[in-house]
Amino acid sequence: MLGYALRRLLIAVPLLIGITFVSFLVIHLAPGEPAEIQTGDLSIQSDRQMRERLREEYGLDKPLPVQYWNWVRRLGRLDFGKSFSPDARPVLQKIGERLPVTLLLNAVEMLIIVALAVPIGVTSATRQHSTFDKITTVFVFVGFATPDFWLALLLIMLFGVQLDWLPISGLRHINWEYFPFWRQQWDFLSHLILPIVVATFGGLAGFSRYMRQSMLEVVRQDYVQTARAKGLPEGVVIGKHALRNALLPIVTILGLSLPGLVGGSVIVESIFAIPGMGQLMVQAVFERDYPVIMGNLVVVSTLTLLANLVADVTYSLVDPRIRVAGRRSRR
Amino acid sequence: MRLTACRLAAWLVLAGAVAACGGRADSAAEQPSGAESSQPAYGDTFIEALTGNISGLIPNVLSDSASFEVGSLLYNGLVMRDKNLNLVGDLAESWKFSKDCLDLTLTLKRNVRWHDGRPFTADDAVFTYETMINPKTPTAYREDFKAVASAVAPDPYTLRVRYKEPYAKALQTWETWILPRHVLEEYALAGKLREAPQNRADPVGTGPYRFREWRPGEKVVLVANPDYFEGRPYLSRIVYRIIPSQATIFLELKAKGVDSAGLTALQYNRQTDYPAFRKAYHKYRYPGNAYTYLGFNLKDPRFADRRVRQALAHAIDKRQLIEFVIGGLGREATGPYKPGTWAHTPSVKQYPYDMAKARALLAEAGWKPNSEGMLVKDGRPFQFELMTNQGNDERKKVAEIVQASLKELGIQVDIRIIEWAALLKEYIKKRRFEALILGWGIGLDPDQFNIWHSSKTAPDELNFISYANPEVDRLLEDGRRWCIQEDRTKYYARLQEVLAEDQPIIFLYFRDALPVVSSRVKGIVPAPAGIRHNFTEWFVPKRLQRYTAG
Repeated sequence: MLGYALRRLLIAVPLLIGITFVSFLVIHLAPGEPAEIQTGDLSIQSDRQMRERLREEYGLDKPLPVQYWNWVRRLGRLDFGKSFSPDARPVLQKIGERLPVTLLLNAVEMLIIVALAVPIGVTSATRQHSTFDKITTVFVFVGFATPDFWLALLLIMLFGVQLDWLPISGLRHINWEYFPFWRQQWDFLSHLILPIVVATFGGLAGFSRYMRQSMLEVVRQDYVQTARAKGLPEGVVIGKHALRNALLPIVTILGLSLPGLVGGSVIVESIFAIPGMGQLMVQAVFERDYPVIMGNLVVVSTLTLLANLVADVTYSLVDPRIRVAGRRSRR
Repeated sequence: MRLTACRLAAWLVLAGAVAACGGRADSAAEQPSGAESSQPAYGDTFIEALTGNISGLIPNVLSDSASFEVGSLLYNGLVMRDKNLNLVGDLAESWKFSKDCLDLTLTLKRNVRWHDGRPFTADDAVFTYETMINPKTPTAYREDFKAVASAVAPDPYTLRVRYKEPYAKALQTWETWILPRHVLEEYALAGKLREAPQNRADPVGTGPYRFREWRPGEKVVLVANPDYFEGRPYLSRIVYRIIPSQATIFLELKAKGVDSAGLTALQYNRQTDYPAFRKAYHKYRYPGNAYTYLGFNLKDPRFADRRVRQALAHAIDKRQLIEFVIGGLGREATGPYKPGTWAHTPSVKQYPYDMAKARALLAEAGWKPNSEGMLVKDGRPFQFELMTNQGNDERKKVAEIVQASLKELGIQVDIRIIEWAALLKEYIKKRRFEALILGWGIGLDPDQFNIWHSSKTAPDELNFISYANPEVDRLLEDGRRWCIQEDRTKYYARLQEVLAEDQPIIFLYFRDALPVVSSRVKGIVPAPAGIRHNFTEWFVPKRLQRYTAG
C-alpha cells in the first residue's frame, strides 16, 4: 500500500510540472501584459518609460523559457513571488487572506450536500417510482437548470430586500467592531446563510442523483438478495450491506471535489461580495497578474493530484477487491 | 479633491464604464428639496460601494479608479477644481505666473499638518515633483511634469516652478496628490513606493479623512481628520464597501445597505420611480466626462474621403440612438468637448438626420446603388467591419443601430465584438480595423494634442485613426503653449469647427452620470462639477443620523 502511494506521488511531480508549464505558456500568450494594463493602455499616461521599467522589474523582458525557469526555481524554495498588482504584496499572503473564507464556505457547503444527498439518494432509490422519488427527480432537474446568479438575486430580493431578514452581501455588518461577542458571531453567520444555500442547491442536485444511481445498482446485486433471503431486516440490508457498497463511487466523487474547496465560486462570491479565492483569481486574470494566477493554479492542481491520490488510496482501503486486483495485475 | 482623481482617472477611457465625475447639473433633474432646515452636525457613517478592490493607498503610483476615489480623501493637491471647474487653491493660498508664462510661484498655506502631526511645507511639494520625475517611480502620470525645468522651495511656504516653455497645463499639474518627504523619501529614492508600508496601511496625507482600516476585497474605512486645515468634515466615517456586482449594489441600495451609487439608465428611468425609493434617495443627473463615437481607419481609401464620413454622419439619427441605447439620458455630441465647459463651442457644423443628403454626398464620392440597392464603386460593394470591445452592452447596441441605419443606405456593416486586450493589441495597435465604436474620457483641460495631432500615430499612440490636418496640428500646438485661459479659447473654438467639418470620427453622445445619494445627507450642491466638489460639507442632521458607533 505504501509503495503504491509513493509511486503515485512520484508520478505526480512530472505531472505537476507539465500542468504548470502549459498554464504558464497559455497565460503569457493571452494578449495584454500587466505592464501595459497598468500604464493604462491607450491612455494619455501610457508612458513608455514606465512600461519598460515595469517589464524589467517583472522580468517580462526575458524570453519565456527563462521566465518559466526562474519561476520554477523560486517555487522550489516555496517562494511564489510578488503580485504584479500595484500593491506588490507576496502571492502567498494574498492567497492566505482569501483562503479561509472560501474554505469555510465550501466545507460547510460540502458537508450539507453530503448530509442531505445521501439520505435523499438512498430513499429515492429504495422507493423507486414513489412520490418522493418523483418529487426529488423534479427538484434535481430544477437544481441543474437554475443558474446560480439568478437564484442568488431572487433570494436576495426576498430575504434581503422584501423581508429584510438577512444581510445582502459582504461578510460583516458596518458596525461589526462595536457589537458584543455573540452578536458578532451571529452577524457573521447570517452573512453566510444565503451564499451557502445558493452554492448547496446546485451541488445537492448532482450528488443526490449519483447516490440514487449507485444505490439502484447495488440493490440489484446478488449479495443484497442473499442478505434479504437470510431474513435480515430491511434496515440492515439497506443500511449495512447495500449502503456501504453504494458509497464507493461517492468517495471518488467526493475526492475529486476536494480541489473545489479552495477554488471558490466566482459567481457566488461576486454576487454576495465575499472576498474569497474566486474573486482573487478573476481580478488576477483581468490584471494579468501572472504570479497570483500561477500561485493559485499550483495550489489547486497540487490539491487535485493529492485528492486523486487520496481517493484512490481510500478506495482501495474500503474496497478489498481493488487491493486484490491491483496485486494480481502486477503479477 | 475629487476632481484630482477625475483628471487622472478619466483622462482617456476606452474600456469599461467611466467614473462619474464632473459635469453640469441638469436644471430639469430631480434635486434635493432646497430646505436645509436642519443644522449641520458632526457624526454618522457614509457608505459607498466600489466595484473593484483598491490596489493601494499611494494613488500617485496606482492606476485604478477605486484607489483614486479613496486617495482623494486622504491627500490634497496644491490646487483643485471648484464647483464651476475653475482651478482654486487647495494647499496653495495663491499663485502667480510671470509675464512670459515660464515662472510659476505658489504661496502655500501655513496651518497644514500631515496626519502624523508634522507640518506640511513647500519641501514636500518639491519632493513630490522629484518623485514624479524619478525614472524609478512606477507612475503613469509623469507626462505633465516633464514640462517642468526646475521646482525649488526658497522658503517653507513658497514653491517656485520654472517651465521649459509656456505650458497650458502648468497650474493643473499641481492638482497631483502631494506626498510627505519625511515618511516616503527612502522608498521614493529606491523606486519602492509601491512596496512602502504606507501603500498598504496608515498612509500619511493632509486630507480631510484619515485611514482606519483596509480589509482587501471587503472594505476600506476612513475617519474624519479633526485637524483638517479647512475644518473637520461633518461625516465622521466613510466606509467603502467592495461589491463587484452592479446588481448587488442596486439591491443594497434598495435595502439601504449603501448610501450612494451610480444608476444605469434603466434603473434611473424605470426601477427607482416608486415612493419608497424617492423618499430614501435623491437622484442627480448631469453629463458625464466621456463621449461615445464611431471612428474610422482614415488610411482606408473609402473613409479617407471626407464626403463619405459626412454622409455617414447624416445617416445616423443621434437622438433616436440616445433614446434607444441609454433611455434618453445623454446629450448629442458635436465635438470632443463637453457642453457647458469653457472650451466648448456650440456654433459648429451640424449633421441633422437626412438620408437624402447622405445619398447625395455618397453619390458625389462615386458610390452608386446597384440593382440590389447596394452601394457600389468601381465594381466593389460598400461593406465594412465595425468592431467594439466585449462586455460593453451599450456599445454593442450603438453598433447595431449604426448597422441598421447604414443598411438603409445600401452599406453592409458586419459587427465584430472582441475582448478588450485582443482588440487593442491585434487590431487597434496594428491598425487592422476599418471602423470602431469606442469612447474617449475627456480631461478638464481642452488640450487633446495626443488624440488629434498628426505626430501621434506610432503604434502605442492615441491617434490610431491616423488623422492628419495641418491646421489642426497648428491649433493644438498653439493651444497648449500658453498659460492664460482666455487666450486659449479661440484656438479650441476653431479646432472644434475644423473637426466638425472634417468628421474624422462621428461624435455620437455624452452619457449622463446618474448618481443617487441617501436623502438623509444634506448640503449637496449640484454644480457643473457634479456633486462631489463639496463633500467635506455634506452632513446628516442629528435626528437623521443612522450609524452612531465609530
